[in-house]
Formats: sequence, structure tokens, C-alpha cells
Amino acid sequence: MLMLEVKNLNVFYGNVQVLWDVSLDVKEGEIVVLVGANGAGKTTLLNTITGIIQPASGSVTFLGKDITGLPPNEIVEMGISYLPEGGRLFPDMSIQENLEMGSFLKKSWKVRKERQEKVFTFFPRLQERRKQLAKTLSGGERQMLAMGRCLMSGPKLCFFDELSYGLAPKLVKESFQMLQMLRDNGLTIFLIEQNVNQSLEIADRAYVLENGRIVSHGTSEELKQSDHVRKAYLGI
Amino acid sequence: MKAENVSKRYLTPVILILLLALLIALPWFTRPYMVVLLKTILMFTILSLSWALFSGTTGYTSLATAAFYGVGLYTAAKLGNVLPVPLMVLCGGLFSFILAAAIGAITLRLKGIYFAIFTLSTVELIKNVMHWYEINVAGVRGHRILHVSDATVFYYLLGITVLLLLVTYLIKRSKYGLALSSIGSCEEAAAHIGVNVITLKVFTFALSSFFVGLAGAIMATSINYIDAYIAFDLNYSFFPTLMAIFGGMGNLFGPVIGAVVFSYLREILITRFPYAYMFIFGLVMVLTILYLPNGLVGLYQTIRLKLKQANNKKEKTLGGKHASTSS
Repeated sequence: MLMLEVKNLNVFYGNVQVLWDVSLDVKEGEIVVLVGANGAGKTTLLNTITGIIQPASGSVTFLGKDITGLPPNEIVEMGISYLPEGGRLFPDMSIQENLEMGSFLKKSWKVRKERQEKVFTFFPRLQERRKQLAKTLSGGERQMLAMGRCLMSGPKLCFFDELSYGLAPKLVKESFQMLQMLRDNGLTIFLIEQNVNQSLEIADRAYVLENGRIVSHGTSEELKQSDHVRKAYLGI
Repeated sequence: MKAENVSKRYLTPVILILLLALLIALPWFTRPYMVVLLKTILMFTILSLSWALFSGTTGYTSLATAAFYGVGLYTAAKLGNVLPVPLMVLCGGLFSFILAAAIGAITLRLKGIYFAIFTLSTVELIKNVMHWYEINVAGVRGHRILHVSDATVFYYLLGITVLLLLVTYLIKRSKYGLALSSIGSCEEAAAHIGVNVITLKVFTFALSSFFVGLAGAIMATSINYIDAYIAFDLNYSFFPTLMAIFGGMGNLFGPVIGAVVFSYLREILITRFPYAYMFIFGLVMVLTILYLPNGLVGLYQTIRLKLKQANNKKEKTLGGKHASTSS
């Protein structure tokens, strides 16, 4: 079943066109990665899908419903959750409070206790350190907390922007493993990455974005074999 | 163990109720000076608690307290002869609330030092506009205010303090309080999650100013005469800020402790060293910021932690000795 469908999206910043005719789709239960260099338009695409930027033309469909032009809070409430670059935790609040903030919107607030229990089954370490301030956590624990907070709004589809941002190689690997675990528990994941090598390892399918255009797409295996990707991103 | 927990849980409320009873009974058997002193202490307690309610949680340093306090004073001056005292006090609070909501709506998009500077100049602006108005339009400078007995003012202030403590406590425990501290911690993330950041800031700013206005309106009845320069005195912005920092904002009672200690200190310094008191005051403040960044409450917590660690160490070494002798 199609979870997300983006069709012929054109986005401008003033007079400058940043996205050209971008189309892509994400099926339920998939991990799809969008790779591309700095300035390719990855974050712009995410911001457009989550309603922060309005497209000039094209459409975004989520679970069969047209969500083009809806405000971000309605899109969050429909079941899309967004983890911004670097996680953006609340450093002076405890882990528990950070998680509670994740279900701030009305519908989620009522079920925050159950959601929290679920997050703790994914990341037991967070439960041990429930009362600790977020700023005292290690890089890996912060990543867990960021993901946990993302889950607290009860999403069906999760966007992760630059999950590997500022993390040591070992932690990058762990973060990607966490993603797989979340997928195995029924979440659909759309990931934006510059770390092409490792993200292709865990993704089912991938899109390559260059200068605002999708230049190639296919299963991860296909892309790993493609000459263009090997040359431009994998350095082989 | 369980009994100990229960008794601990009831300890704070019991102490508070006893303290409240003592304060209520106080005007019956103390010297009149004591009541006057307590009035000042309570007034500063209200000011620094309401400062901490907004600025302490959101991290937006407001220096506009004097503006709202002055609005309270002026309300009493204008309406004191028309309205009964309770209604007049309520009006003082409401006018402050409205003014703060208007100022907040304009300025709470500013961040950090810009917000602080703007709020500071707001006080000056209102003071000078008021002064200009009295001289050029009204033709009268200053007002005489209806006098209310010290004990009555004291009870009003006590009531406002209790109400404010209750409101602060309830907010701290609620979802609303959580959202407030999320603004202080990372405003951008708060907005991302769906917190209506602007509305929340403006409302809390106005709510905290409401209590300042109440305090101003009732305190006015203890001053015979006010004009713009007396009413909008910048010290009413600086003192509550300093007191809240001095007491520490990590705890509900931090600003209370700060206000009590500081206003008592102020009273002593004014009477003993009338010329050097601002200097000594400044010195204490510099030392506090340098060595007690989390205030008196922070100091207490550090000491308790150190004692605990020392105890643990002791137990460990004792346990170690025990083990070695038994082997």
C-alpha cells in the first residue's frame, strides 16, 4: 500500500527554483532513503512534505489523502513525525519530560503513558535514566531520546533528517540499526542522508537528488551497482 | 520506610500551613514595625515570584516589573476614592494584565538581550509619558492616596502571595508548565512539536504581571503621595530580578527565600548604612552571580549532595574494613 506519494513537485525560494518536478513514493513498511550532496534540496523537500514550505505546483498524498498545503500541526496529527537535523532535544529537561513533550498535541497527550511504555521497550536505557537531564546524555543516548520523542506522537511515517549528523562512525551504525528495529515494529521510514554507503545498507529503496532533480532511483542493490552512484557517492 | 515516605510527603504542606497560621496571627501580638517590615517582604516576594513565573521558566529576562507595579499604584491613585478596596486591587491587576498582554504581543518575538532592553525602556517610556501628561495636560503633578491600615494591607499581600504560590505550583505540575520550560530549553523544537509558542509566552507574561499589579494597587494605600517618578521606579524592576536569582529559580520557594533574605538585608542596610547601602547591595549581588549561579537553593542542593557523597564514602570504607577483617 502506498503511504506517501509525491507528484511533480516544484518549489521556489523567491525566484529561484530549488526542486524540479520531483516525484517519489514510499510504501508501507519500507525504509526509503533520499541521498544527495549539500544543497541538493533534501531538506527543502522534507519541509515541503511536512507543510512548512508551500510548493508552487505538484501534490503530496498521505494514505490516499491530499495533504498539499496543510499546516504542519495538522500533518503531525495525521501521523507524520519529523526528526530535525541534530535531534533538537530540550537539554534542560529530563528524559521523561522530553518524551512527554513529544506527545504534546491533544490526541497524543491522553495516551502518552502507553506510548512511553512502548518507547521504553525499544530503548530500555531511556527508562533507566528517566529522571536524568537530556544534556547529560551521551551521543548515542541522545539519538535514542530523539527517536523516542519522535515516536511519542504516534506516527505511521517518520522522517529522519541527517540521522548521522555529528555522530561517531560507531554511533552512525547503531542509529541505523535502531531504524531497522523501528521498521520491524511497523513504522515506515523516510530517511535523508549524506552517508550514502551506510544508508544504502539498510534501505529497501533509494532516490538520488541532484540540483533539485531526482536523477535516479531503484532498490538499494540496483543503486549500489549503478556506475553513476558508485562514482559520485561511493568513491569506487 | 513507607511511614517515613508518607511523613516526608506531608512535611512541606504542614510546615506551610503552620507558617501561614503564624503569619495570620502575627499582627495581633507584634510591634507595628514588624507588620510594616513584613509588608515590604511580602511585596518583594510577590514581585520576585511573578518574575520567576515568566522569566525564570522561559528564559526571557523581563525588566518591566516596575511598569506593572506602577500601573497598580496609579490605579489605586485614580480609583481609590471611587471603588471599594477589593475591587480597586482587582482593577490594578487587570490593567497590568492588559498592558502586559499588549507589550508581550509586540515584543515577545524579540530574543535574549533585546527583549530585556525593550522591557527596561518600556518602564522609562511609561514614566516619562505619565510625567509629561501630568505637567502639560492634567496640570497637576502627583496624587494623594486613600490610606488603609497596615494590618489590612498585610492581609491583602498575604492573600496574594498564597494565591500566587498556588498558581505557580499548579502551573509547574501541568502540561502548560512543561510547555513553558520547553520554550526555555529549546524554543525551536517546542514550536516543531506543536506548542503555540507566541500565545503561551504572551499569556504567561500577562498572568505574571497581573499579580504585580495587584501588589502595586494594595501597596499604594501605604504611600501617601505618588507621582510618575515614584511609581515607575526602576528599582522595582531590578530588585525582584536580583532576588529571584539570589534565591535560585530551580525550586518553587527559591524566589521566596531570595525575597525574604534580600528585603530583610535591605532594611538593615538602609537603617545602619544609609549612604553605603547600594554599594554593599551591589557587592552582595556580584558575589552571588560569581559564586552562587543557582542561588541559595542551588547552594543548599550542592551541600546536600556533598554530604550524601561523603556519607556514601564513609559507608564504603567501613564496609571494606569489615570485609577484610572477616576474611
